[in-house]
This record gives sequence, C-alpha cells and structure tokens, in this order.
Amino acid sequence: MAELLVELFSEEIPARMQARAADDLQRLACDGLKAAGLSWTSARAFATPRRLALVVDGLPLATPDRVEEVKGPRVGAPEQAVQGFLRKLGEGRTLDDCETRADGKGESWVFVRRVAGTDTASAAVAAIRAAVAQFPWPKSMRWGANRASWVRPLHGVVALLDGRALEGAIELGAGRVAFGDHTRGHRFLAPGAFAVAGFADYRDRLRQAFVVLDPAERRAEVERQARAVAAAQGLVLKDDPGLLDEVAGLVEWPVAHAGTIDAEFMALPPEVLATSMRAHQRYFTLLDQAGSTAPRFVVVANMATDEAGAANIVAGNERVLRARLSDAKFFWDQDRKARLDSRVPALRERTFYARLGTLEEKVVRLQALAAELAASIPGCSREQAQRAALLAKADLPTGMVGEFPELQGVMGRYYALADGEAPAVAEAVREHYSPLGPGDRCPSAPVSVAVALADKLDTLVGFFAIGEKPTGSKDPFALRRAALGVIRLVVENRLRLGLSAAFDAAHRLYAGQLGDAAGASPAAELGAFFADRLKVALKEQGVRHDLVDAVFAPGGEDDLVRLLARVEALRAFLGGEDGANLLVAFRRGANIVAIEEKKDGRRHDGEVVPADLVLDEENALDAALRTATPVVEAALAREDFAAAMAALAGLRAPVDAFFAQVTVNDANPALRANRLRLLSRIRATLGRVADFTRIEG
Amino acid sequence: MVRRKIDSTQEPVETPRSFQGLILTLQQYWAAQGCVVLQPYDMEVGAGTFHPATTLRALGPASWNAAYVQPSRRPADGRYGENPNRLQHYYQFQVIMKPSPADAQELYLGSLRAIGIDPARHDIRFVEDDWESPTLGAWGLGWEVWCDGMEVTQFTYFQQVGGIECDPVPVELTYGLERLAMYLFDRRSVYDLPFNDPGSRAPVLYRDVFHQAEVEYSRHNFEHADVAMLLRHFRDAELECEALLARGLALPAYDQCIKASHRFNLLDARGAISVAERQAYIGRVRALAKSCCERWLANQAANG
Repeated sequence: MAELLVELFSEEIPARMQARAADDLQRLACDGLKAAGLSWTSARAFATPRRLALVVDGLPLATPDRVEEVKGPRVGAPEQAVQGFLRKLGEGRTLDDCETRADGKGESWVFVRRVAGTDTASAAVAAIRAAVAQFPWPKSMRWGANRASWVRPLHGVVALLDGRALEGAIELGAGRVAFGDHTRGHRFLAPGAFAVAGFADYRDRLRQAFVVLDPAERRAEVERQARAVAAAQGLVLKDDPGLLDEVAGLVEWPVAHAGTIDAEFMALPPEVLATSMRAHQRYFTLLDQAGSTAPRFVVVANMATDEAGAANIVAGNERVLRARLSDAKFFWDQDRKARLDSRVPALRERTFYARLGTLEEKVVRLQALAAELAASIPGCSREQAQRAALLAKADLPTGMVGEFPELQGVMGRYYALADGEAPAVAEAVREHYSPLGPGDRCPSAPVSVAVALADKLDTLVGFFAIGEKPTGSKDPFALRRAALGVIRLVVENRLRLGLSAAFDAAHRLYAGQLGDAAGASPAAELGAFFADRLKVALKEQGVRHDLVDAVFAPGGEDDLVRLLARVEALRAFLGGEDGANLLVAFRRGANIVAIEEKKDGRRHDGEVVPADLVLDEENALDAALRTATPVVEAALAREDFAAAMAALAGLRAPVDAFFAQVTVNDANPALRANRLRLLSRIRATLGRVADFTRIEG
Repeated sequence: MVRRKIDSTQEPVETPRSFQGLILTLQQYWAAQGCVVLQPYDMEVGAGTFHPATTLRALGPASWNAAYVQPSRRPADGRYGENPNRLQHYYQFQVIMKPSPADAQELYLGSLRAIGIDPARHDIRFVEDDWESPTLGAWGLGWEVWCDGMEVTQFTYFQQVGGIECDPVPVELTYGLERLAMYLFDRRSVYDLPFNDPGSRAPVLYRDVFHQAEVEYSRHNFEHADVAMLLRHFRDAELECEALLARGLALPAYDQCIKASHRFNLLDARGAISVAERQAYIGRVRALAKSCCERWLANQAANG
C-alpha cells in the first residue's frame, strides 16, 4: 500500500480561505482518485499561510487488469438486435469478435472486453492537475504572463507516491510548475529548499524549518502561548475563538508577545479597545482578575527572533496601536461634541432599502411603532420607547461607527449616556439589534424590548410588502433571523401581543409614507412565515411540529404566548393515557363520519336529537359532551388549557363505552344519522382545543 | 529585465537617515532592478496608481517596469496639522512591474533590507488585502505588508484597470513613505521626521516643509473650496475629456479624468456630495477612466 503526498506551495493564502481550501483539495483530489477506480484507507489535508497539503494513505500502486463481459442478444436473434449490439461495442466490431455463452435457455452472444488496470501514479497526476484546474477559490487571480488562476501565485508542487516524485506539471499558460519533491520552510527562518521523502518526513522537516503544518496544532500553540504570556502578567486571556482561528492562519511559526496599551487610551470604552485591537491588528485582549480590560495586549508574531528583534516587534506593534487608538480617541472625543439626537437628520442621507426609503423615514416609523407596542409590554414607558427609537440609529453617522461598523448600538449607548439620556433609553439603543441569533442574549428591559420588536417588525413588514421574501437558501435581508428575534422577544418576555395587529400597525406606517407603493398589508403571509419559523424554533427545543400545526390550524391564534401554552397542554395531554386513547377514539369516530358522509353525500353535523338516543352508552356520551362543552369553553376563555384538556379527558370513558357497545350503522336510518351527529360532536368539541386531525403518529 | 543580484546577508551600503534618504534609497534599489525611475506626475492625484505610468501602462502586452514618487492628495484626510498620523498631502513610492516577476515578493523584501529593515529582526507578514479603485474601474488581489503590525506597503497583482483585463498581469507596490519613515526613524509625529540628514549643515524637519500647507489646505478643503466652482470644473473636465477622446487623444483626455477625480474628492471633503450622489459621481469618473484606457490601448496598438 502506498502513500500519496501533495503540497501546493504558493504566496500567502488569505487566512479566512485556508480551512475551506484544505477541505476542497482533499475532496477534489480524492474525487479524481475515486473516478480512476482507486480506493484508500485515509486522507487528511492541511493548510498554512503558504501551502495546502494532502496525504492519502493506503493506496494501491496499481489496480490489476480486469475483464468485462458485455451481454448481447441470443444466437439467431433478428438482425436488427445483433446490429444494435455491435454498434454498442464500437466502430468496426463484428460477431467474429464475440463469443457465445450457453445458459439454461440457449446460447447468447457476449463480448469480452479487457480493461487495463489503473496505474496509480498517472491517476494521481491527473487528479492533482484536475483539482488545481477546478479549485473553487472564493477569489483567484492570474499573475505574470500566465493564463492559469490560483489564489496567489503558485510556485511549487510536491507530488510523491510511495516516496517517489511523480512526473507531471501544472501548466500555467506561459510557464509551468513541475512536480517534484522539494519544498521550503519558513520564509525567513529557513528559506532554503529541501527534499522530502514522504508525509512523516515532510511534517518533521517542516517543523525543523519552523513551520507547524497542522492548523489545529498551530491554533492550540497560539492559544497556549497567549495564555502563558497573559499568566506571566497576572492576567487572563479574553476568549476569542474566531480570532484564534484567524491568527492560526496568519502564522506558520507562532511566537506570542505582550505589549502595553498607553494609559491615555484606557478611558476609551472597552469595546472600542477590543474592536480596534482585534479588527485592525488581530491582537488579543487581556483581562485583569476582576474581568476588566487590562492595559496589555497579546500579539502573535510569525517569527522567532533574538531579544533585539523581540523588542522591535513589541515596540512596533505598540506604535501601531497608539496610532490606531489615537484615531479612536479622536472619534470618541469628536463624537461626543454633538448630541446624539442632533445626528438624526443625517439619517436622511442613508438608505434603508431603495424601495423602502431612508433610515430617517425608518426612524419615524420606529418611534410610532415602539410607542404603540409599549402598551403591550408591562412596565414600558411609551415616552422612553419613542425616545429610544428616535436615537436607535443615530450613532450610524458618528465617526466611531463609521470606522467600526460592528460597534453600532454599543456607541449609541455610550453617547446617549453622555448626553444624559435615561439609562433605559441608552440601553435600548444598544440592545435593539438583539437577539441576533439563537445563541444571542434576548433583551428583557421593557424599553429595549419595544424598540427591538419595532425594528424587526418594521423590517419584516417592509420587505414582505414589496415582495422581497426569503426563498430557499436566499435570505439577503436576514428576515428569518428577524422573525426568530420577534418570536424570542415575545415568548421569552411572555408578551401578550397579537401578531396580526402588530403587522398591520407596522404596515399602516409604511402606507403613510409610501402611499400605494406600500402595497397591501402582508399580515397573512407573515403569519404563515412566522408559523414556519416557530416550528423550526420549537423543533430545536424538541417540540413536535404537528402539535404546533394542530394548534395553529383552527386559525386566529397569533398570540405566541397563548399558542405555546396550548401546545404545551396538548403535548402533556397526549402524553397521558387518557389523551392517547381519546386520540385513537377521535380518529375512529372522525373516520366513520367521513366515510358515511361521503357515502350519503351530506354532512351529519346537525344537533343531536335526544329522542333518538336509545342505548345507555349513547345517552351517556351525549350527556358527557353536553357537560364538557361549556367547561372546555370556560377553560379556554380563561386560558387554562390544562383544565380544557382535563375536561376532554373526561370524555374518554363514555367514548370508549360508546364504541364498545353501539353500532353506528344501525338499520334504522334515524338512529344511524343521530349517532353520526353524536360522533361529529366529539370532533367539534375537541376541535375547540386543537385540530386533532393534524396530529401525527 | 536586468537586476542586481540580491544578497540578503550583505549589509546595506548606507541605511537612510532621513525622509529624502529613504526616497533616494528606494529609487536606487528599484533602478538597480531594471525599473525606469520616473518623476511625479504633475497633477493633483489621490494615489500613485493614478499616474499614467501605472493606470495606462498596466494595460497592453508590452513589458513595463517603473518606479517613482507620487505626491498624493486626499482632501478629506486633512487634520489642520494637528493629527500626528494624518495628512491631506503625502508621498507614495510606487513600483510597477509588468509582467509581475516570479520573485516579486523577494525583490520587495530586498527593498526593505535596503532601507534598513532586517527581516530576521522584525515580523514581516503578507496579510490579505484586496485592492479596488472604483473610480479607475480597477481591482487586484494581494496583501498589505505588515512590519511589526504596521502596514508599510500595499502589494497588488492587478487584474483589471479601466474595466479592461490586464494581460500580462502587473504587480504594483505602494509604499506609504511617511508612515514607513516614522517607523524607521522612530518618530511619533510625522512632523518630527527628519526631511534631510539630521547631521547636515541645515537640518530640516517635515514640519518645516509641510506643516503650514496642512493647516492652509485643510481650511481650503473643508471650509473654503468653492463648491459651485468645483461642480463647474468637474463638469468642464468631464466634457473636455470626452471631447479629447473624440479626437483620439488618450493622454490629454486622461489628464481631464484625473482633474475630475480630484474635483470630486474636494467636493466630497466639502460635504457637498450626498451619500446618494456619491455613487453616481464615482461612476462618471470611472466611465472617463475606462474610455481613456480603451483609447490609450487602441493608440498603442496603432503605433505598433
């Protein structure tokens, strides 16, 4: 069994593309090997800033020649069939090239084709070339006078099978890159080329040449060193898995250093410090024992140096950070010179969405909607909700948010506080973008909830009204996320909010601005969209989607809190013995009614005639239904869904007894019709609680 | 292309000690690599890329290797001489090599050694940075080169200029000279940079040369540039560019494109262009640049 080692050596590959590129190399090369009829035991791919590498283990050096038989028509079959068979075999074949085979029913023609085995070396060369040609880089480029594309100029290809270099090359157009067994180590620490004999040798020699091949190992090493540097300062590394991934893609040989943040910048908000260090410089933030940002940072270099070099690296990075933070400080000082509310008119310059107007117009809508929603949010001040909505987007024109868009909301809160706005208002400015996903914290402060809801409802209604709805995997305006945000805000804060009314309110505000261009209210469509989102969200919490359907189906339920209470009561009910049995009986009854109604061509949903109830079990069931109905209604009215279910549970014994003792299809048509009406009543009574026909299983 | 052999172990003959020394060293280094050393283009431009030696020469089949300093004006970056890191007028050192040589990165690192940055004692990194100039209809892939965390050079393999595919592909290196000098000479403020050798008979600082200009131009750019006149000049330049193109004069037409671009930058600094209008203005400059590039290529082909 042989090992295939491939390395594609290039100029620096963007960090964000490396992991995917390693996967793509493995997939494409292995697809090529598989198409050549080869199999292997394992394959692994790696990426560093300057190389993609792949090792495939357990390949045969060649596969043996094999014989294939192509079955033809019977001997003596019509000429047409014979000609068809020969055509299939290829140009110039005659029956002289064929043999005959006898089976139980006679003799047939067969053609014996000899298929040469695969030479793994040539298959590997082809697979590598095809992989390079088809490589799906998110962005690729040409260089020099070549026509070929790669992420950055490609300089070398190591291709070893069983330790021997493969014969081949990547044709670039003007030039070519020949396959070989030489690679290079770290750009500065081991610049010379060296030969490798196989994967283990390759990995080890790279390490000696200051390259850690495995990204997972580099990441672990970055983290280990960063934690050690932090600990040596008596500090703690702030968790940042995304930054660890990125830094691991920027270095072949990580060396962590601690640097100092000038005291004059420590008055900046910690979010500004962290974002400035991270976004521009990929520095790690350190925290003191109390969890506050410490005046130190960790930078991970791609270079081992002597002490003078280390001093250069630390001093250089501190210098850069100083310049960056002076900019940030400039913005921080400048931005606070104008009140946040004075920036609202500048939102006229910013488009929300071409057909939905400017952000200023959006803010006008948000104020009205947040004020209206405030009535449904316990403890929410209408005035504060309106104020927070006015200020929600006002930090967008500030210098700081212009520089760091990810600080939107965060800066708004700081600037609002600096202006002396109420803390609840400032908090709402920050929190109104949340929750951004299932893992994000959901606001609970009343004013924050009002603005967060208004922002999302406005976006959803606007885009639905102009027909920009998510389709398949496409959701460019993140409307699914917005809907989930609304669901979480309502459910987690137990808000009693009619969604349809809220959609209509949001739409009236658009209509006031856009006139006819706002179209009709998309409330109904949004209702269905929300039902789907709710099912997805509940499914993740283990709630059966059919229960959601059963509760949704009767229609008119757009109070998410009540809906979930019904789903929960239904789930508990069906989980018990009474519920499970009643469901069986319900189906049996519903089936009988459906079949008989079809047969009769008319419905049996009229009032039960007491005089036609002749058997005890009939009378008992009728009495039970008459007793249960008002109980169920009353329970539903006071939203005591457990009580409604309990009342239904009381039907189980009379229903079971009815089915055990009563023949529905009595010879007397009046009795039969009355019994069918009785069964219809069961369906109607249960239907008050949920549509049991939707329940599966 | 004739090049001096690069010997990384060899100490640079003389490490620059001043801003002008840095420029002289880079010119000598790139001259030794076969580049023609041009002088700055005599017009107001936002970056060295606008020099016709880059924009236009990046196109077409002929090989081209050039290096030059380009004074660059970014009106909106003015800070009245008060910010130690930001200027509305600064210098870029620009290298363009077409086709991009296979050892472009090594050649570049050689230039760092020449100016006194020994990669063994620094952390030099090539960090992804795709470049795009919407006004020139140009884009390319490459990196910003970091030295100890500081961006010292933009390194770009041009793919398109003026909406036209580059074939062969040029590589463009753009050094931000002030920032690089501040690093080399360890100054916290650009104004404290030694313009000439601090040991010379008459030492001059960057402040002495440019501080007053920064103050005055900041006032001009932000407060006093006449918006109505600039709008008129933009339109004039646009019309003149089109008129010259109609007569087949690519280079004079391109001058007008440069003028329009700078007028736009001034209008932008004056806050006279709304966010909504911005894209339209950029599109108008791009349309001029594209036509100039096409005309230039056609003229080149016609002249054989």
